[in-house]
Amino acid sequence: MDAAITTRDYSLTGRDARRAVEMGLAAADWYHTDVPRKQLKALMKRSDARAMRDTAIWLGAMAVSGAAAASFWGTWWCVPFFAVYGVLYGSAADSRWHECGHGTAFRTQWMNDAVYQLASFMIMRNPVTWRWSHTRHHTDTIVVGRDPEIAVMRPPDLVRLILNFVGLVDVWHAVGDMLRNASGRLSAAEAAFIPEMEQHKAIRVARIWVASYAATIALAVWLGSFLPLMFVGLPRLYGAWHHVMTGLLQHGGLADNVVDHRLNSRTVHMNPISRFIYWNMNYHVEHHMFPMVPYHALPALHELIKHDLPAPNRSILDGYREMLPAFLRQLRNEDYFVRRELPATAKPYREELHRIETQAAASPRT
Amino acid sequence: MSEWIEACSADEIDEEDVIRFDHGNRTFAVYRSPDNEYFATDGLCTHERVHLADGLVMDDIIECPKHNGRFNYKTGAARGAPACVNLSTYPVRVEAGKVYLQIG
Repeated sequence: MDAAITTRDYSLTGRDARRAVEMGLAAADWYHTDVPRKQLKALMKRSDARAMRDTAIWLGAMAVSGAAAASFWGTWWCVPFFAVYGVLYGSAADSRWHECGHGTAFRTQWMNDAVYQLASFMIMRNPVTWRWSHTRHHTDTIVVGRDPEIAVMRPPDLVRLILNFVGLVDVWHAVGDMLRNASGRLSAAEAAFIPEMEQHKAIRVARIWVASYAATIALAVWLGSFLPLMFVGLPRLYGAWHHVMTGLLQHGGLADNVVDHRLNSRTVHMNPISRFIYWNMNYHVEHHMFPMVPYHALPALHELIKHDLPAPNRSILDGYREMLPAFLRQLRNEDYFVRRELPATAKPYREELHRIETQAAASPRT
Repeated sequence: MSEWIEACSADEIDEEDVIRFDHGNRTFAVYRSPDNEYFATDGLCTHERVHLADGLVMDDIIECPKHNGRFNYKTGAARGAPACVNLSTYPVRVEAGKVYLQIG
């Protein structure tokens, strides 16, 4: 293919943001697999029981692993317990933040809100800012200049990706955002997607969080030990690896600027422990097509619509075998992406909407 | 001037569900509550132009299928972000098994 290699402007107020609007990519009509209304209603049905059970297991496991880690503090025996605690804090909180932000985990809304606030604190995402950024992510998924949650911009910054497995870049930015918000200011990007009537809430939460971290640091100083920080704050670093490992697979190496989630999202089969930590977000094409379906119904949704979707990756390792070479190719040609082939039973991609034939060097994957 | 328009048969809507009704260049959402009462609102979410009839009815709430914004479909009140602007509601009556909307 001979299309010129382009450069992307990911700013939400820049050239590609304007271009996306002009091209009709902003708030576009996305492709959906046909699902009969009765079946979709059954899948969308909410229940408190499943999420209450899973939340009790999550917080209970944190309490047990945290207590064991504290009791072994000062010996190497604390390491495996902090490893468990850290993943439950710095990774499982990511999926709880996400699912409760959608309001799909529990039927009872205050339960969604309570877990959302707790998980937002753990994962260091302002619950107001990130609710609105995630709204935009679903409106304009991986549309350059519109989606504020593109984890891997092109060309990929591999150093940043690696550092984020221990949360370094994300936390650095999160602390900066928190301090800026606490001082009463929002960035231009934040102001672009948070409605004015909601902006004061982002500032209020940031101030509460600053007070919480200050209290934790004060306790550590008073005790003469950084043990309190091992429970609050630091797990966002040492426990981040699992949510980064799974999160990169959501869209990494796939198409951008399309209006069909089959082209820009990835479903990956995973082991049951990762699926518990990740709350089934490995069914990511399905989630983006039907965001009202709760996490526990996504496997059933997958079975219902898989005839219309690209074949899932067989494992996390299989996903990385597809994604990492794509990242390396994008270092030389940022227009490169993995084009996911559809089964014969699927409705074809609407090429006229995607311009994907004009993008350079797409690689089919069957 | 307001007029009553026939929207659908009453039994076309399941209990605790919603259907879409288009009239002229306007679109509406017509609801049947768990108490077997009927209601109507504008058909599109006030956050983005998404048809609420594809959403989920729970008690007196309609949840938008795109971003899960919530409205009370009986009053039109926005009940959860990203829905911040209320929906317009319309009087509904049921006669002889038909659902009628009063559209201004």
